[in-house]
Amino acid sequence: MYGRKVKLRFFFITLILLSLILSVYLVLKSLEENVVYFKSPSDIQLLNEVKNKKVRVGGMVKINSIKISSKEVNFIITDFKNEINVSYSGLIPNLFSEGKGVVAEGYLKDKSFFEATKILAKHDENYMPPEVKAALEEK
Amino acid sequence: MLYSSIGYYSLIFGLIISFPIILFSIRNFRNEEVLDYKIITFSFIQLFLVVLSFLGLVFSFIYSDFSNETVFNNSHTTKPLFYKISGTWGNHEGSLLLWLVVLTLFIFLFLIKSKDLLKKYRVLTVLFQQIIIIGFFVFLIKSSNPFNYIFPVPNEGLGLNPILQDPALAIHPPVLYLGYVGSSIIFSSVLAATTLNYISKIWAIHIKNWVLVSWIFLTLGILLGSIWAYYELGWGGFWFWDPVENVSLMPWLALTTLLHCILVLEKRSNLSSWAIILSIATFTLSMCGTFLVRSGILNSVHTFANDPERGLFILTFLFVLIFLSLFIFFIFHKSDDQNSSSFFLLSKETSILVNNWFMMYFLSVVLIGTVYPIFLDVIASQKISVGPPFYHKLIIPFLIPFLIFMAIGPQLKWIKSGLEEKLHLVILFIISLLISFFIVKNLDIDFLVNTILIGSAFYLFFITIRDFFLKGFKNIQQNIAHFGFSLLILSILFNNIFSSELITNLKVGESFKNDRFEIIFNDLKKFEEKNYTSFKGNFSIRENETEDELEPELRVYNQPNIITSEADIKTTFFTDKFITMNSVQNEEYFNIRYQVKPFMLWIWISVLLISLGGLISLFKKKYEK
Repeated sequence: MYGRKVKLRFFFITLILLSLILSVYLVLKSLEENVVYFKSPSDIQLLNEVKNKKVRVGGMVKINSIKISSKEVNFIITDFKNEINVSYSGLIPNLFSEGKGVVAEGYLKDKSFFEATKILAKHDENYMPPEVKAALEEK
Repeated sequence: MLYSSIGYYSLIFGLIISFPIILFSIRNFRNEEVLDYKIITFSFIQLFLVVLSFLGLVFSFIYSDFSNETVFNNSHTTKPLFYKISGTWGNHEGSLLLWLVVLTLFIFLFLIKSKDLLKKYRVLTVLFQQIIIIGFFVFLIKSSNPFNYIFPVPNEGLGLNPILQDPALAIHPPVLYLGYVGSSIIFSSVLAATTLNYISKIWAIHIKNWVLVSWIFLTLGILLGSIWAYYELGWGGFWFWDPVENVSLMPWLALTTLLHCILVLEKRSNLSSWAIILSIATFTLSMCGTFLVRSGILNSVHTFANDPERGLFILTFLFVLIFLSLFIFFIFHKSDDQNSSSFFLLSKETSILVNNWFMMYFLSVVLIGTVYPIFLDVIASQKISVGPPFYHKLIIPFLIPFLIFMAIGPQLKWIKSGLEEKLHLVILFIISLLISFFIVKNLDIDFLVNTILIGSAFYLFFITIRDFFLKGFKNIQQNIAHFGFSLLILSILFNNIFSSELITNLKVGESFKNDRFEIIFNDLKKFEEKNYTSFKGNFSIRENETEDELEPELRVYNQPNIITSEADIKTTFFTDKFITMNSVQNEEYFNIRYQVKPFMLWIWISVLLISLGGLISLFKKKYEK
């Protein structure tokens, strides 16, 4: 009924469409699973349930809150409204210090305790992560 | 003061020169048979003025002229001379001026190098390039003038971020920009060629050199940035899927795909639509890269403080360029339909086409991962980040067919290929799978995916090695580049699988032991350097019977007042030992991270091999002529 060329073209278009749909599906699914949300300590207080999913918490390191031992560092992240205790063992960036902005990535144990797996490094002492800035401005 | 004025006025005159160039080009395009020599002369004058302006900025930096705002913001009198010079392009204004230098340099080189091509095509390329050049001139003068004057003149500058005071990062931006801006010539030329319906074999041969040049620089630029991140940031990795890294990877992927398209175009005169779209995409992505990095929109761990208002200009400009190029593509392009029917399933061009689709897929993954957080922030004002697992999950499985096609493709013939005498392909594949099986067998990792992945990488590895012996110098450029890629994938995989690390907090004199290593913090010494104070720690690391001594360093810079840590890395042929030390505020404890990273050296070597392939391809053809 149709020529070989038309069939071949039809076959190719179907193939391309199928692979497009497949890749879009894969990308969206992977995005859903691997996106890390950013929360301020106040956002965390508003959560209904604590999920076992990676999040980022940002704010200021509270003055006089850093405690260090050979195994881990404990400190408090605050947005001057609410605060959250953080325990962390891992690489500490040099610009991490009291009274400065910080972003920590990890898992929430409950609404007031956060176990960090990573503290994000920054390159500039005046630089404030946009999320932290926005979170601090909101208060 | 003097140098700034020279710089500023050369910039203004440089912009004015654009108008006679455009005027002569339009007149020349309509009338005469040969290229008007005035176009070349004026292009040279423009290049000269832009270089003069750039030198004006360089000298303002060398003589620490703080009446210049850019110098004041990014320099300091105690900074070593080398970093005063590299500070010129370590900031937004200076780096855009460097863009402009390369833009004008490349169009001048293009005019000299394209003498035997169609006159109309050369003139039209100049015209399109001038649109880009004018755009950058206006942007530079209007919203990011590097020669702004401050009064009263400050005595001292603010200094360059010490993390940028590093030899690899000093040359990283110029090399990367040569790659980025090189794609502007490809862009202008493809628009000109499309308008004149000149996309042909001759054009492909000519543009291939430009593609190669920018591809080589882009590859080396990414390599330099990656090496810098490895030793300076102290995270011990070489790629973090950070947005700033991704924006340099995207043009690279597009350019690599384009390179392969051009090869098909050169040999078989098809895939011309692909070549056009990819040329446009490469330049657009390069511009996006500059825009996203410099506008402050990207939420990146590398982001340096910057100004979001400039973004709007680049965004508008980008939009105009995309609109213009799509318009030209749809109006003027006549597709090569008569040729596409002769595509056979088993041929070199089919496998190139298949891998082009894969590379486009990788490109879209990186693009979505980079742009989606920005998109979500604007639409729903939700702050998110997309981490490495996203990329790994979506890219790694597809590397398997990609590697296999990369291995088999070059073994096939153009147009149509049979399966006879291809037994070695099957045998080598089985051998590769077996080797990989024995490596993975005893490890605690996902068995199936890793076996097949390492197997396919070995497959490409063996096939390219076999070709070295059988075919010798025939196609050596492709063989070296593909060999480099297989080595890169293998090194990255082994690096990931066999790396180990230990993180602990120690005081001077203390030690820490786990089941594999013992770390002893021997002592801490203080040195005064020109613009920083250095604290050098001395560590002994015991593993089995061996003992290493490593000396990581903390630097406290005077201006700006920043602490950086300098990793100490012991590189051997097969493995890197990497230690960093960080201070913790007001505490005697130091945060120590020790890592053993196998095959690091091989990652760098394999990328060098990949770009060597491009270099050979560039010079081999000239030699053969």
